Amino acid sequence: MIETIHARFSRFLRRTLTRPRIDLPLAIGLFALAAVGLITLYSAGDDNMALVGGQAGRFVLGGVLLLLISRIPPSTLRSWTPWLYAGSTALLVVVAVLGEGRGANRWLNLGVMRFQPSELLKLTMPMMVAWYLHPRQLPPSWKDMAVVGLLIAIPAGLIAKQPDLGTALLVTGAGAFALFLSGMAWWRIGLLIGAVGGMIPVGWHFLHQYQRDRVLTLLNPESDPLGNGWHIIQSQIAVGSGGVFGKGWQHSTQSRLDFLPEHTTDFIFAVFSEEFGLIGVIGIMLLYAFIIGRCLWIAMEARDTYSRLLAGAIGMSFFVYVFVNGGMVAGMLPVVGVPMPMISYGGTSAVSLLVGFGVLMSIHANRKMHE
Amino acid sequence: MKIRRSIKDTRGESALFRRRALAGFVLILLGLCLLVSRYMQLQVTRYDEFVTRSTNNSVKPRVIPPARGLIYDRNGVLLADNVPAFRLEVVPDKITDMPALLTELGKVVPLGQDDLDAFKKQLRQSRRFDSVPLKMRLTEDEIDRFAVNRWRFPGVDVVPYLTRRYPLGGLFAHVVGYVSRIDADDLERLDPVRYKGTSHVGRTGIERSYEDVLHGTPGYELVEVNADGRTQRVLQTHPPIPGRNLYLSIDARVQKAAEAAFDGRPGAAVAIDPRNGQVLAMVSVPTFDPNLFVNGISQADYSGLTNDPAKPLVNRAMKGVYPPGSTVKPFLALGGLEYGVRRPGDTVLSTGEFCLPGHGGGNSTGRGGCYRDDTRGGDGTVNMVRAIEKSTNTYFYRLALDLGIDRLSAWMSRFSFGGKTGIDLLGESEGVLPSREWKAKHSKFGWFPGETVIAGIGQGYWAVTPLQLGHAVATLAGHGVPYQPRLVMASKAVAEAQPQPLPNPPTGPSLISKDSDWSVINEGMRAVITSGTGKGLNDGFPYLIAGKSGTAERFSRTSDAYNTNKNTAYLATRHRAWFEAYTPADDPQIAAAVVLEAGAWGAQDAGPIVRKIFDAWVVFAKGGPPPVDVPLPKPATPPGNEAAPDQAVPAEDVPADASSSDGTTP
Repeated sequence: MIETIHARFSRFLRRTLTRPRIDLPLAIGLFALAAVGLITLYSAGDDNMALVGGQAGRFVLGGVLLLLISRIPPSTLRSWTPWLYAGSTALLVVVAVLGEGRGANRWLNLGVMRFQPSELLKLTMPMMVAWYLHPRQLPPSWKDMAVVGLLIAIPAGLIAKQPDLGTALLVTGAGAFALFLSGMAWWRIGLLIGAVGGMIPVGWHFLHQYQRDRVLTLLNPESDPLGNGWHIIQSQIAVGSGGVFGKGWQHSTQSRLDFLPEHTTDFIFAVFSEEFGLIGVIGIMLLYAFIIGRCLWIAMEARDTYSRLLAGAIGMSFFVYVFVNGGMVAGMLPVVGVPMPMISYGGTSAVSLLVGFGVLMSIHANRKMHE
Repeated sequence: MKIRRSIKDTRGESALFRRRALAGFVLILLGLCLLVSRYMQLQVTRYDEFVTRSTNNSVKPRVIPPARGLIYDRNGVLLADNVPAFRLEVVPDKITDMPALLTELGKVVPLGQDDLDAFKKQLRQSRRFDSVPLKMRLTEDEIDRFAVNRWRFPGVDVVPYLTRRYPLGGLFAHVVGYVSRIDADDLERLDPVRYKGTSHVGRTGIERSYEDVLHGTPGYELVEVNADGRTQRVLQTHPPIPGRNLYLSIDARVQKAAEAAFDGRPGAAVAIDPRNGQVLAMVSVPTFDPNLFVNGISQADYSGLTNDPAKPLVNRAMKGVYPPGSTVKPFLALGGLEYGVRRPGDTVLSTGEFCLPGHGGGNSTGRGGCYRDDTRGGDGTVNMVRAIEKSTNTYFYRLALDLGIDRLSAWMSRFSFGGKTGIDLLGESEGVLPSREWKAKHSKFGWFPGETVIAGIGQGYWAVTPLQLGHAVATLAGHGVPYQPRLVMASKAVAEAQPQPLPNPPTGPSLISKDSDWSVINEGMRAVITSGTGKGLNDGFPYLIAGKSGTAERFSRTSDAYNTNKNTAYLATRHRAWFEAYTPADDPQIAAAVVLEAGAWGAQDAGPIVRKIFDAWVVFAKGGPPPVDVPLPKPATPPGNEAAPDQAVPAEDVPADASSSDGTTP
């Protein structure tokens, strides 16, 4: 018994490594992005090789997971989906109960490592929405939309309550994109957006004071020189002073002289913009656009509804990262804890992103054959 | 759920998806263009502006943490002070090889294992750019030695700070509490801007419950830095606003006398001014040195405190719950008058045994329906005053039955039994007030009449904290006008000339409708002192004292508690000794409740402690001459078996346990 499992596993491993089932353009795109990320990190972290090494280690771990997951056929993933979704939501509840009141309630301590269950939802959420819509008549009916709304709202609400608005936003986005791609009528989308817009004053009421302050600080950064106002001002100085061509690699005065806080994590893109200028920004935006486009291409080629919706949603939620982080660094959006994908240092985000791309690779490997 | 697989149009769906994906991609491209246009605005249109700001960017804000408010007693004696000190701080981001640094640094400034453990813990929890304290309270010698070697340790600095000191040590450990280092949980909870640069936060006691008032608001200065980031000069200063100073209503000398009266025996005392709810003394014995916690307590000290069977970290005054025994009798009598169930002159014949109607005599256990009196043979015919004086159980058994459990618990809850007193400390226990609702929640059985009977003498499910009893007796002494107990009576900002009193209005109208009722109870509690269990307690004291003793069984004789070995420490004695009193009886100005965990008899063991508190109060608050030394009531033979130890239902004694300790993590 043990031997069979062992044998099967080693065969699985061998195949994974000898005959990887990956989409080359997407892999190249990701590889390029990771390289840019490490180069930027080296400079942003004041030439700290240990920092770069740690990040590279995460990329390797993520890459291995990507290869392993690419071997799991989408049909298998689909059959696991309800359990994965229920399990990750249950973990959110556990964290909410155990972390009681004290505020440290995003983390689950596994002894060896701590991780945020909300990170899992970034993947299990679009999986669940795709699973639900898979057998149904599309475009979805009002009833199906209501069910999907509930599937999104429960975990998103739990995450927002932690409070981690950034992740709640990403999770909601991932679910909503799946719904969007399922062909929900445009007028319904308009109605929904209108309703959400109408809810903003109500939602404002439920925000924590510090979250409101972040939004208000955006309008008047000078009012808060010790907190986020400082981040916003310094980040804009960094971006603006980069100009068209940038100050050159390792020449970002803003981060080198410690004016820019969190310059390896949430604000690393300010360092990138300062060193590589508008040219660099446009270049990396093209790279992101290419990766997202390739994801959507894989989605179109996919064999069934589940795979299509899942691949499309993963690709589109990648955009949310870029837009929210890029907007925050440029002083266009409030300070929310969303990293720049593959460039910001640390966290589990690099690993979980690559796991998501592993699912895409698997969908690609099982695409429909052209007649 | 109906699945419409049969009419699923796969091809149409695929085309629909294709259109959607394209639309989505177009939207995403638009979004990215919007983003790029913003970068264009910053990097092209406003380039000149930002380049200028970048080259001139040599000004950084630097936070100035506020000084924490000080805490004084009512006469201005300092209870919590700020003293300047120096600590060693490390910025993790600037260190390439942390273990090597710690080894090298250890040769210059000795680093203890506790320092290293705390540092490593905090290192994991903090961000790389925030400096992490490595060693607190550096000595002059250590500072000098580091100064010489500073060039070898970039990223390490000596930083001045204000540290908290509690000059009176353990005397106010449970009241004032202590501050300790901010940990990761605190970081998530506290306002990051308000606590920037602050290393400590109130952990227990007043330090915790008044954290908001004590903390203050940080200021900042704009400093010019050179290319290495070293400060060149200060351009602008926005000074911090220090926290407000607090004035407790406790007189440190009365507190000291109260603590001394315990002579190290575990117990607690609470004294309250009935006229305004101000706490005059609050003592929990044994105690601990709060200074140990300020800069991180060592593992050895901490386990010493937590493993001490006497549980010095637990504030018994508000977290220790004990069966109140006979101390509830005056309140019950008052209830009888208020509900019109008794007139003062109504008498009861005490024969030494009381049986529930329908139960014959002979069987002396509670389950048989009969309950014992204190005095063998009974106290004869007693009215209300005499029943309080003699603590006649039969009188109160019958009164409790006539009131019924619902009226009994409704009345008692008005004195905050079974609930929070509302004192300005966090974490007080609620104890247990026997009621149908309480029992329904905790037992599958319904309410038995026998339980009403023993509730009348403060046994059974009853459990109260010394604070609750002190609050109740103060409310009684104050002619029923209810005040929430208050420790802090005034606060003062540094800029203010005079402390601002904190108002504490009564929480409602008097609980006593007729003052003649009050006089009856007062007369009964006077009689306790003149001729009852508390005889002699008034000798040599300038004012009239009124009081009541209580001796509660800690375990039922029928329960297994006597036979188990796990509770050896608690089995040494079997009683809790209580005394509650107020003075002057004709115009009450101080009321007190004392519990002695291992006391044999209420009046004889707890009574003298109350008297010593009153003595100190006479000297320090009234300016009177020191009263004559307390003449102890002669211990001779126990004055009647107050608690009717033959009762079957266990006195629900919950020894103050570790789980109720107020968050004392090292």
